[in-house]
Amino acid sequence: MALLEITNLTQYFGGLCAVSDFNASFEGRELMALIGPNGAGKTTVFNLVSGFYQPSEGSIVFGGVNTRGMKPHEVTGLGIARTFQNIRLWHDMTVLDNIRVSQHYHLGYGVADNFFRTKRYRQREERIESTAMEVLEALDLARFASELPKNLPYGVQRRVEIARALSLRPRLLLLDEPAAGLNSADVEGLISLVRWIYDNYDIAIWMIEHQMQVVMNLCTWIKVVDFGSTIAEGTPEQIQNNPDVIKAYLGDDTI
Amino acid sequence: MTTTTTTPLQKFTVPVLLLAALAALCFGAQSGMMNLYVQSVIMFMGINIILSSSLNIVNGYMGEFACGHAGFMAVGAYVSSILSVWLFADDAVFGTAVLSPSLAVWLFPVVILAGGVAAAFAGLLVAVPSFKTRGDYLAIITIAANYIVKSTIENVGAIGGARGFMGMGRVTKAMDASLPLPWMMIWVFAGTVMTVWLINRFVSSTQGKGIIAICQDEIAAEIMSVNTNKMKIVAFMLSSGLAGVAGGLFAHVLGYVNPGSFTIMKSTECMVMVYLGGMGSLGGSVLSAVLFTLLLEALRPLQIIKWVVIPLMLVLLMQFRPEGIMGNRELPQLFPKLKKFYKFK
Repeated sequence: MALLEITNLTQYFGGLCAVSDFNASFEGRELMALIGPNGAGKTTVFNLVSGFYQPSEGSIVFGGVNTRGMKPHEVTGLGIARTFQNIRLWHDMTVLDNIRVSQHYHLGYGVADNFFRTKRYRQREERIESTAMEVLEALDLARFASELPKNLPYGVQRRVEIARALSLRPRLLLLDEPAAGLNSADVEGLISLVRWIYDNYDIAIWMIEHQMQVVMNLCTWIKVVDFGSTIAEGTPEQIQNNPDVIKAYLGDDTI
Repeated sequence: MTTTTTTPLQKFTVPVLLLAALAALCFGAQSGMMNLYVQSVIMFMGINIILSSSLNIVNGYMGEFACGHAGFMAVGAYVSSILSVWLFADDAVFGTAVLSPSLAVWLFPVVILAGGVAAAFAGLLVAVPSFKTRGDYLAIITIAANYIVKSTIENVGAIGGARGFMGMGRVTKAMDASLPLPWMMIWVFAGTVMTVWLINRFVSSTQGKGIIAICQDEIAAEIMSVNTNKMKIVAFMLSSGLAGVAGGLFAHVLGYVNPGSFTIMKSTECMVMVYLGGMGSLGGSVLSAVLFTLLLEALRPLQIIKWVVIPLMLVLLMQFRPEGIMGNRELPQLFPKLKKFYKFK
């Protein structure tokens, strides 16, 4: 059974067709990229997969569960975590708290446990904190644990956001333009980070990215969308030489 | 961090100080060192602390703009007053007391909590619309909720309508008769401590930090697995429930309630205390409630001019310190050395 099965996904915003007849399938551990020019509908696909929009048509089945009608936090609970194009950390909460709050789905205690600080509360909180610290240490962020994200450099904020998504213990990680706004040294770091995550976690990674350096280095399968429709898919070599892709990115060379 | 150990000093400072304060208050009230006026100011201080810190959950931590706090206070005030008069006092409407008035001392907290629970359910009136609405629109809904409660009470003749409801004085007298202690002072004190303690536990837990995440980025919160609708219900119910507790205590301190006490003016006072102290600062809410109560009393000689001077002070405060007295921080963050001496959890 496929991990993620997207069939005939279509999304209209009023009269605009943002995504049309999109199909994709993840068998399990894969590193896939979704590329395309600006406004092609890439982020909309991510928003649909993470449950933020309800699709107009088509279905998204994750781990055998159809996500139609589910709230975003329920979809996240199934094992889909994501980052955002413009970093959306909680900027006035420490890095550690950012990671702790992201484990709300694994909270496992109620309001009464909280008020009376029951054994269950203490055990769960300890576990949440140790998971958070583990993730921070794994991504070499432990020294920033008590900092506020707004005071951190942009590259570190990106890593914190990835750490936050990872702490949810997802089976599918969606990265929405993780290299946007990073300098070349940070991009190198990001490539090795994503590679490291892929090697060390049992996880499928799907990324939207404009920087070909990142995509060609990491991904084994690439899908290209333009104006909401898939125009090509294949291995990095196939995509690089595909005339339709070149046309979508660079325009037609005939006059 | 969880690894830090608690020294005996840290562990006992707060309970010892609280017990000492309670003992001093009881002694002062019993021995006549504090006259009734001073006692009532202290009790209103406690009630205001409950009001401001409970409103801070929604307006400060969760970042919504709720301005109908007095409505929930009214629900708590009426429910607990009616219960206590029905149970413990002979009344023209409810007949003779259902239980012996001597039980009032022991069951009084239950009555107050019942008022709080009723107010918490009234809080759903605002919590459910908040799923889809926020900001200015939610503010309008909260004002509407305030008016719904007030007008409903005004139109129920059996509980006095606009004339108000009384008889709680007999209940407090019954308590004082069965054991000669300043009972209302004790219950207000207990209610205040319980409120601050509950809210502190809530907002310092991973669960409670979910509402701070909603304040800072609701979409990110929902996507990062926070059940935002559930957290909003919890926050609104906790906030309005504690307002109900404050209302119940308020009614029993005065011995009389009327719907006119729970207008938008009262809600505004609650909001003023929250913004004066600092949004998202529990210590700030406590401090500002104390200061605000004292300020109201200190400016009493000005009579009606008081309501010119106080808003003017607010304007100045917002100009020069818009983040409030504490400004989103707690005492130990402002004075790190204090951490050595106490731990509050």
